[in-house]
Amino acid sequence: MNKTVFFGAVAVAGLAASMGSAATLDDIKERGSLNCGVTTGLVGFASPDANGVWTGFDVGVCRAVAAAIFGDPTAVEFVPTTGKTRFTSLASGEIDLLARNTTWTFSRDVDLKFDFVGVNYYDGQGFMVPKELGVSSAKDLDGATVCIQTGTTTELNLADFFRTNNISYEPVPIETNAEAQQQYLAGACDVYTTDASGLAATRASFENPADHVLLPEIISKEPLGPLVRHGDNDFGDIARWTLNALITAEELGVTSANVEELGAAAGNNPEINRLLGTEGELGAMLGLEADWAKNAIAAGGNYGELFEKNIGENTPIGLARGLNAQWTDGGLIYSPPFR
Amino acid sequence: MTNNHDRSIAFVRTEDVPAAPPPPNAAGPTKWLKDNLFATIPNSILTIVALLVIYLILQGTLPWLLNGVWVSPSLSVCRDILDGATGACFAVLTERWNQLLFGFQYPADLYWRPGLAFILLFFAAAPVLFFDLPRKLLIFTALYPFIAFYLIWGGSILTPIVALVGVVAGAAVYQRYVKGSFALGFFAGIVAALIVWNLGGLIIPDEEITEGAMRSVASRDLGGFMLNMMLGVTCVSLSVPLGIALALGRQSSMPLIKYICVIFIEFIRGVPLITLLFVASVMLSYFFPPEATVDLFLRVVIMITMFSAAYIAEVIRGGLAALPKGQYEAGDSLGLDYAQSMRLIILPQALKISIPGIVNVAVGLFKDTTLVSVISMFDLVGMIRGPILASTDWQGIYWELFGFAALLFFVVCYGISQYSQWLERRLATDHR
Repeated sequence: MNKTVFFGAVAVAGLAASMGSAATLDDIKERGSLNCGVTTGLVGFASPDANGVWTGFDVGVCRAVAAAIFGDPTAVEFVPTTGKTRFTSLASGEIDLLARNTTWTFSRDVDLKFDFVGVNYYDGQGFMVPKELGVSSAKDLDGATVCIQTGTTTELNLADFFRTNNISYEPVPIETNAEAQQQYLAGACDVYTTDASGLAATRASFENPADHVLLPEIISKEPLGPLVRHGDNDFGDIARWTLNALITAEELGVTSANVEELGAAAGNNPEINRLLGTEGELGAMLGLEADWAKNAIAAGGNYGELFEKNIGENTPIGLARGLNAQWTDGGLIYSPPFR
Repeated sequence: MTNNHDRSIAFVRTEDVPAAPPPPNAAGPTKWLKDNLFATIPNSILTIVALLVIYLILQGTLPWLLNGVWVSPSLSVCRDILDGATGACFAVLTERWNQLLFGFQYPADLYWRPGLAFILLFFAAAPVLFFDLPRKLLIFTALYPFIAFYLIWGGSILTPIVALVGVVAGAAVYQRYVKGSFALGFFAGIVAALIVWNLGGLIIPDEEITEGAMRSVASRDLGGFMLNMMLGVTCVSLSVPLGIALALGRQSSMPLIKYICVIFIEFIRGVPLITLLFVASVMLSYFFPPEATVDLFLRVVIMITMFSAAYIAEVIRGGLAALPKGQYEAGDSLGLDYAQSMRLIILPQALKISIPGIVNVAVGLFKDTTLVSVISMFDLVGMIRGPILASTDWQGIYWELFGFAALLFFVVCYGISQYSQWLERRLATDHR
């Protein structure tokens, strides 16, 4: 049965490992689907619904890339990864793209040999306190007990923040978000600190979310973005410019509602024309169809639509755009021009 | 003198007094209470304290259980329905019932397949577990792995048939040559099976069946409690024979075999299971090209089987060591060869001694199958921790889900332990 494959595999393992990264796009096209690594479940970012269909903000990126390649947002094989298995899955070629709220850091980019193709969410470490504590700034937290996940960068950031502000705290080490939630609600700690998006999601699950407030201080930079393997720049470009297309679409007012209409024929905005493939040859340069970006936007909407649908203010998570607003609105979301 | 005589005895009872009922505090429930709950003052105090504790526990949990909400689309709706009252939100169990049992990727219209495989499991296991049943039922047990494989994974029916033919060919060759020498029969059997599998591999169609009732389901689509059951059943049934072989190998007088077994057992026992699972899921994919990876389910089965086989080997070694030397000598003096004396004299006794230990390992192994959730397989606990708790509808709900998981595991583990106690009584040949 698989025996011949097995022995063949052992023999050519080393060879294939070095060749595997050469033409990811060809592999994907041959396979007929994109293998996209996501979390095993993070509220708003990626989780399967009651019918087993993956939804979420990171999932939207996977679907957009699949739509850009195949014109079909469902041509994605979602591979759930944990914080521990995500990088090996990508490095070994099990997945083509990792969209798993992964922080872009120097060592991951350079030492682990990955390429981050952009940032789809600017996160940062924040604090949550019960409203009755009457605290309005993290600098008032002198002497507070703080629930903190051990072995993460948040632990180090916290120590730095309190030292620079010359105030003291008492850490309550916890292992998982679920544990933190229980400890915090039981009053074992005054403050819970983790990434702001995680805090918002946690707060949304409380029985009385309004009794808890997120403090305005954000004490670390956590730019989260999708990443691909180092060394296949062609596929990296596809992922990068698909993300940029979603961002540009929001900036230019192209939405999932009007993308068909705008992409049907060349209009009078040349950048929209180039983006949607009614003018120029941008799709061909990527090795894709001319309407690649149109398909990517039609898959789940532009960046702003994805944000509002999955984690925005009208969802239970209720994240404000903040840093993740377009640069024209005072945020950091900015795409290079389509030209 | 008057005749006093007939009045000297005023009354003579001619029949027995009917037995009076015992005093109320010396019989019935009162006596039982007095003897068992209020025998002494410290006993009485303990009883009252215990009753108080039980009352407090029930006071906390009963409203929560009885007032539970069973139909609701999300946790927030649940809370609206309860409107501040205490009550569980069991709606998560009803809404995600299929996901908890089968994972979220198994095609919904095919749930009958693993369901049928689960029912057949009882028929397959019965003749092994209860040896009073007719021995002919064992034929079904032998066929069951192939049937279950076909039911759960689907695809071409040729795959399990070729596998079965390979096993049958191997067994036939083994039977043919084992009379000459055990080693010859053993290796000839393996070679024959390999030949059949390789030749059979040529006729199995490569493309997967994508439609119909028996379409293929990939291993990564398995999940839920089904995955725990599959891992548990497969690994326990594989690791017992492997463990026996390792235990015998460790006692072998042939140094090569002995040291292979010793090193294997000591290495596996010295490494945490979670490390082995990480090796299975992460490291192995570095060694194989992406197209030809060995199935993740198979990798995990191999690792868990190796792990529990090492433990079972040590349990059985304890059983072997407990037998008096005379039993071995008795086997030799009857002129039995090694295989015969092991099969007929030593192992039946050693295994009987080892039953509690083997069951202990089996129960532990079954619970250890939840560890696969750390390598992103969605077993019952993985489903709870990942997809269900991460959905916007259900995040923040813990007691109901983990309580349900605990209940499922308890039912299975308690069943196993009850079976083992029955088995010990059934096999008790000493006259106690």
